[in-house]
Amino acid sequence: MQVVWDWFRWLYDTTGINLTIFYDAFDRTRFASGFWMTVKLSVICILLSVVIGIIGAGIQRSRYRIPRTVVYWYIQAFRNTPPLVQLYFFYFGLGALLKGVTGPMVTNVTWAIISLSFFAGAFNVEIFRSGIEAVPRTTLEAAESLGFSRLQTYLRIVFPLAFRISLPALNNNLVNLVKTTTLAYAIAVPEMLYVSSQIWSDELNVPVMMNVLLVAYFVLVGILVWIMHRWEKAIRVPGFGV
Amino acid sequence: MKRESVLPVLLPDASRLVQTALRERRDGWRVRLRASHGGALLAVFVTGCAIAQAQVQAGNPSILETIWKWTPLLARGFVFNLAISFMAMGIGSIAGLFLGYAQISLLSPVRKTSWFVTHFFRNAPWLVLLFYCMFLIPFEVTLFGTKIPIPDWTKATLGLALPVMANVSEILRGAVQSIPTTQWEAASSLAFNRRQTMWMIILPQCIKRMLPPWMNLYAILTMSTVLASIVGVNEMMTLTQRALSAENRPGLLLSFYSYVLLWFFVYCYPIARWTVHLEARYAVKQ
Repeated sequence: MQVVWDWFRWLYDTTGINLTIFYDAFDRTRFASGFWMTVKLSVICILLSVVIGIIGAGIQRSRYRIPRTVVYWYIQAFRNTPPLVQLYFFYFGLGALLKGVTGPMVTNVTWAIISLSFFAGAFNVEIFRSGIEAVPRTTLEAAESLGFSRLQTYLRIVFPLAFRISLPALNNNLVNLVKTTTLAYAIAVPEMLYVSSQIWSDELNVPVMMNVLLVAYFVLVGILVWIMHRWEKAIRVPGFGV
Repeated sequence: MKRESVLPVLLPDASRLVQTALRERRDGWRVRLRASHGGALLAVFVTGCAIAQAQVQAGNPSILETIWKWTPLLARGFVFNLAISFMAMGIGSIAGLFLGYAQISLLSPVRKTSWFVTHFFRNAPWLVLLFYCMFLIPFEVTLFGTKIPIPDWTKATLGLALPVMANVSEILRGAVQSIPTTQWEAASSLAFNRRQTMWMIILPQCIKRMLPPWMNLYAILTMSTVLASIVGVNEMMTLTQRALSAENRPGLLLSFYSYVLLWFFVYCYPIARWTVHLEARYAVKQ
C-alpha cells in the first residue's frame, strides 16, 4: 500500500495535484470516515424508508379513518416541503425541544437519519400503496378460493406482484435519497461533503477535492443505479411495462 | 419480436405505474401541489403567529408588525431567488438542448460523450455541483486588462445551471425517443433527409412533449435556489436567518419559516397547476 501512497506524493511533487486524502494518513482516515458515513446514512435511510413505506401503506389500507388521515397528511407534508426545511425542523425544532427527554444520546447523525428516512418514506408509502392497489381484486379472490389465508395471500401473491410493480418508482426514490444525504452537511453531519470541506480548508486544495467529491458521488450513485437496474431487469414481470 | 404477456393478471393501472416511474426517471420527479397544501401552510403560519404573539412582551411590536417590517427585505431576497432561477433555467436549457441534440447524434463518439456528460451531472447531487462552482470559479477574471468581478450569485446560478442542463438534455432525448418510429419512416418515404426530418417533423412534435417536464423542472429549480443559502448567497433563506438573529426573539422561527414557504408556494403553485393542465392537453390519445 505504501507504494501507492508514495506515488500520490510523487504526483503532488511533480504535477501539483495535491491528493492529501491518499498520502496523508490523517486526511486518509478523515475522508474514509466521511465516505463511510455517506454510505451508512444512505443504507440505513434506504432500509428505514422502505420499512416506513410498508407500514404506511399498510395503515392506508386499514379500515379506521383516523390513522389513514394521519398518514395522508404525513405524506402531503413530507412530499411537498423542501428536505432542507425538514432537516432543520427535526434538528433545530424537535431536537432542541426533546433535548431534555432524549439527552445527548440523540446526535445530529440520528436526526439526519430520522429526517431523511421520513422524507423518503413519504414517497415510499405512495409507491407501495399504488403498487398494492394495482393487483386486481380477482387475483385476491382466486387466492381466497384456493384456500389461502389473508396473510398468506399478502405474502405470497400480493406482495411479490406489488413489489415488482413498485420497483422502478422505488429505485427513482432511493437514488434521489442518496443524493439528498448531502443535505446533512447543513447540520454538520460528518459525511463526505462535510469532511471534504474540512480537508480543503485545511490543505487549501479546493479544486482537487471538488473533483474527488464529484467523482466519488458519481461512482456511488452510479453503482446504486446499476445494481437497481440489474435487479429491476432480473425480476420484472415478462411482457409488462415498457 | 414483441413479447407476449406471460402473466396477464395485472391491470392497466399497474402498467401505467411502471410507465410513470420510467418517465419520472427521465424527466425528474413531478411536483404535485394542491390548493390544500397552501391551506395547510397557511394554518401553520397562523399557528406560528399565534404562538409568537402569545410570547410577545409588553412594549414590543406585535408579530404581524415584525413580519411586515422585514417583508421588504425578504421580498428583495425572493427577487434574487427568482433571478437565479430564471438565469439558471435559461443557461441550463440552452446548454441542455445542445447536449440533448448531441445525445441523438448518429456519430457514436459524440453520442457516447454527451450521454456520459448528461449522466455525470444527473448523478451528482445538486449541492455538490453548487459547491463545485462556488469554489472553483474565481471571484474576478481579467479580460483584456480589465478586471471583471464575478459575484457569488452568478456562481450559484452556474452551479444550478449544470444539473438543469443535464435534465433538459435527458428530457429532449426522451421526447425524441417517444416519437413513434413510423414518423421517421413516413418522413423518409417522402424523401426527407435526416436533418429535414429532425427539424420539420420530429422536433416540432417534441416541443409539446417537452413543455410539461420542462416547466416541472423549473418548479424544482425554483425550490432548489434556497440551497444557495448554504453557500452564503444573500437570497431569501439567508436573509430570513439574518432577520431572525437580528430580532433575537424566541418563537419567531415557525412564523418566519412558514412565511417563506408560503411565498414559494404562491409562486410555484400556478406553475405546477399549469403543468398538469398542459400535460392533460398534450396527452397523446391511445
